[in-house]
Amino acid sequence: MKHLILIAALLTSPAQADTLKLAVTTSFENAGLAEVLLPEIAADTGIDVQLLVVGTGQALRLGEAGDVDAILVHAKSAEEAFIAAGHATHRREIMHNDFVLIGPGSDPANVRGRDSATQALGAIAEAEAPFVSRGDESGTHKAEVALWQAISRDPATFGGWYKATGSGMGAALNTATGLNAYILADRATWLKHGNKGDLQLLFSGDPALFNQYAYLPVNPDRHPHVQGALAEQLETWLTSPAAAALINGYTLEGEQLFTFNAR
Amino acid sequence: MNEVLQGLLEGARLLVTLDADLVEISLRSLQVSLTALLIASVIAFPLGTLLALQRFRFRRTVIAVLNALMGLPPVVVGLIVYLLLSRSGPFGVLGLLFTPTAMIIAQVIIITPLIASITHQAMRELWAEYHDLLISLNTTKRQRMWTLIRDGRRALLTAALAGFGRAIGEVGAIMIVGGNIDHATRVLTTAIALETGKGDFALALGLGFVLILLAILVNIAIHALSRTETSGRW
Amino acid sequence: MLPLTLSGVTVRRKGKVLLGPVDHVLDGPGLTAVIGPNGAGKSTLLRLMHGVERLSEGHTDWAVPLAEARAQQSFVFQSPVLLRRTVAGNLSYPLQLQGVPKAELPERVRTAAKAAGLQDLTHLPANRLSGGERQKMALARALITRPKVLFLDEPCANLDGHATREIEGLLRNALDAGTRIILATHDMGQVRRLASDIIFLLHGKVAAKGPAAMLQTPDNIQLSAFLNGDIIT
Repeated sequence: MKHLILIAALLTSPAQADTLKLAVTTSFENAGLAEVLLPEIAADTGIDVQLLVVGTGQALRLGEAGDVDAILVHAKSAEEAFIAAGHATHRREIMHNDFVLIGPGSDPANVRGRDSATQALGAIAEAEAPFVSRGDESGTHKAEVALWQAISRDPATFGGWYKATGSGMGAALNTATGLNAYILADRATWLKHGNKGDLQLLFSGDPALFNQYAYLPVNPDRHPHVQGALAEQLETWLTSPAAAALINGYTLEGEQLFTFNAR
Repeated sequence: MNEVLQGLLEGARLLVTLDADLVEISLRSLQVSLTALLIASVIAFPLGTLLALQRFRFRRTVIAVLNALMGLPPVVVGLIVYLLLSRSGPFGVLGLLFTPTAMIIAQVIIITPLIASITHQAMRELWAEYHDLLISLNTTKRQRMWTLIRDGRRALLTAALAGFGRAIGEVGAIMIVGGNIDHATRVLTTAIALETGKGDFALALGLGFVLILLAILVNIAIHALSRTETSGRW
Repeated sequence: MLPLTLSGVTVRRKGKVLLGPVDHVLDGPGLTAVIGPNGAGKSTLLRLMHGVERLSEGHTDWAVPLAEARAQQSFVFQSPVLLRRTVAGNLSYPLQLQGVPKAELPERVRTAAKAAGLQDLTHLPANRLSGGERQKMALARALITRPKVLFLDEPCANLDGHATREIEGLLRNALDAGTRIILATHDMGQVRRLASDIIFLLHGKVAAKGPAAMLQTPDNIQLSAFLNGDIIT
């Protein structure tokens, strides 16, 4: 009997009115910024933001299906296609962080001190040094592919040294640690990652590695059940001075991870 | 080896301090898996027993399908349940995606074939034992079914515990349909996957030990409640 | 409910005739012993009388409607079927099936257990009983519904002399109470001790039948050979 009550309780407890489902990328959640922002959002707006931490590809699918109310991702061209298809009303740039090139301390491809990110990647390809790719259509993966394209290289033609894992940032970093391989990661996940092994940060700072996060509310015309008003309220908060102070003020091991750039 | 030790220590620390998050996700794990187990048992016990008792046209096919479904990859179940419950799917209006209910549904689908199949195996043996007497006593189908379920309860318990083990340790399906949302759908297994992703192996392993401990406790509790291990009892 | 009339009953399995055709009328009080060598069809005959064997030909008729007849007969198997319950649970099971009120069960169980000499064992799981006790329990379970007809298929085949004597005592009590008994057995001593009439089966057919006294001076050459211990083919 107790069980039946339990089941009944479970079945009849849909999300409360002020709950908003937000699909975010693993890199955002792993950075730990969410733990700072969510309580403040709840305090200021009363919105209980439920995070679905997935890859950019899956985040876009969730938005497309109307299973979340908004998405926060970093893959500009995919976002624009998403809006063009009518799944979101608009995109609002919120902040950026950056990608860093990680690799073994011995640096067999001599990536350290290169002039640009593309040069660094070119050196890795030249040396055919082991390289781990997310390979999961995530924002990070797309950024990596864009860099290869910039030097006219196609990952599909690479040999066994290029390992597309099809996994999240953390799992891919674990793989890179295990293989002592190069990998393109977002700075926050890298700093927080607990299993670094012999890997070190070898290259960063090139503006080509900047990683723009944008907020896209799911189109309420497509999915009448989405929390359009709450999504709008959240957007207002995310672009407010309060958010700017929290985002710019967030540091990890003394480093600022995100730069607020909403307009 | 060192990391396993750290994991043990981490698990012990979580337990000793009764970490609030740990308690929350452990209780949710139990709630989801026990509810799924209850629903699956209500379906699987009679189904498995009926398959042992009753000859009907597609019996062999049903048994073969059931056995095949035992090996169903949870991720596939998760994906199918996701597509069904998605707002764009046929049951989207229910708004069940990313709720514990969705996780329960997925787990019921995963463990029902397992429980039904083990039930069928055990009930087939019991029916062979009882067949002559129950036929001689003019029992109705309903009486036969009830007698087998009652007297085979120990085998049913084994089946249920196997189902529970699979449910509580499952991660692929509930990750997809639950979404691993903090304070909403995060359970032990998805938390372990998350911490592994963060490279925090000690915490992941600690949670893993808590999971194992929880599974053992549930097993002991159920055995104690039903007193099945008392000597000479069935 | 008697007489039971068997008319041309035949049981075939996989194209082989196991029994029949048999014509027989079972009537009057007493104990009918079904005898004959292994494979003669003794068990099959008992089972078809009881109504749990599918007939290939012929029919069996009770003097009352079938459902009524089925409700008033019991069957004891060569190796007793133990329900995975206590002795008391085993004994009360047929009563529960018949919907006997729960309040009456303990008294009925106590009486039946006492009659079978099992009164001190009712709380034990049935699988803790010895072979003889198991068969006594099975017999007590068969008698607890007070059947008018009782079938027993070699109930003492695996028992020692002591247990056999106890079982026979129970059967005598049942006979005295007016229960009609049909007993398949290998034990000619048992037949002499208990039977009022016999059916001698050979190769699935009734080779001889009549009052038990015919065993003293068999006029049938095969029965005579069987009683002499010859192997009949």
